[in-house]
Amino acid sequence: MREFFLVASMIIGLLVLLTFYRAISGPGLLNRILGVNVIGTKTVIILLLMGFIYGRVDMFVDISMVYAMLNFIATLAAAKYLERKVSI
Amino acid sequence: MVAISIFIILVGLFFLLAGTIGLLRFPDFYTRMHAAGKCDTLGVLLCLIGMALYNGFSLISIKIMFIAVFIFLTSPTATHSIARAAMNCGITPWSKDEEGGRIEG
Repeated sequence: MREFFLVASMIIGLLVLLTFYRAISGPGLLNRILGVNVIGTKTVIILLLMGFIYGRVDMFVDISMVYAMLNFIATLAAAKYLERKVSI
Repeated sequence: MVAISIFIILVGLFFLLAGTIGLLRFPDFYTRMHAAGKCDTLGVLLCLIGMALYNGFSLISIKIMFIAVFIFLTSPTATHSIARAAMNCGITPWSKDEEGGRIEG
């Protein structure tokens, strides 16, 4: 079961690397915000899988919860910053 | 129980892969957001439910299910706020009959 969690976390890490293309070279600011949001959502899963791999789920589940809240607040702050009419 | 959790996590990984392919391949900002918002929410939800099933009934599973409910509420909200900001910035949605498929967005 530990090997399955290892392979799953490696697959999600590969997906994060693919999403980095949209987060770095996406046309415009909004595509970058979208890419960073998707990466943060995948990081929650990677943190929980790391907890299952190392056998310390009771510690990693709190870190993952805090990361989900931080990701949501960061995305809302970036979208609120773009509420005014700016040229991107 | 372990086989069911492995199956659910694999289905979640498939949805995450489909969302990433859509995020890379779609031509417009709104269509990319359509791929990222829905597929990511469902994939993360299925992965979290599979891990909670694997862990059994304990406080950790309750916390994992709380994370699932939180992501189920907040990920569409974040996507909606980004789409509203894009509408305020004046990005027009992509259509086939104007300019024949432009890539900017």
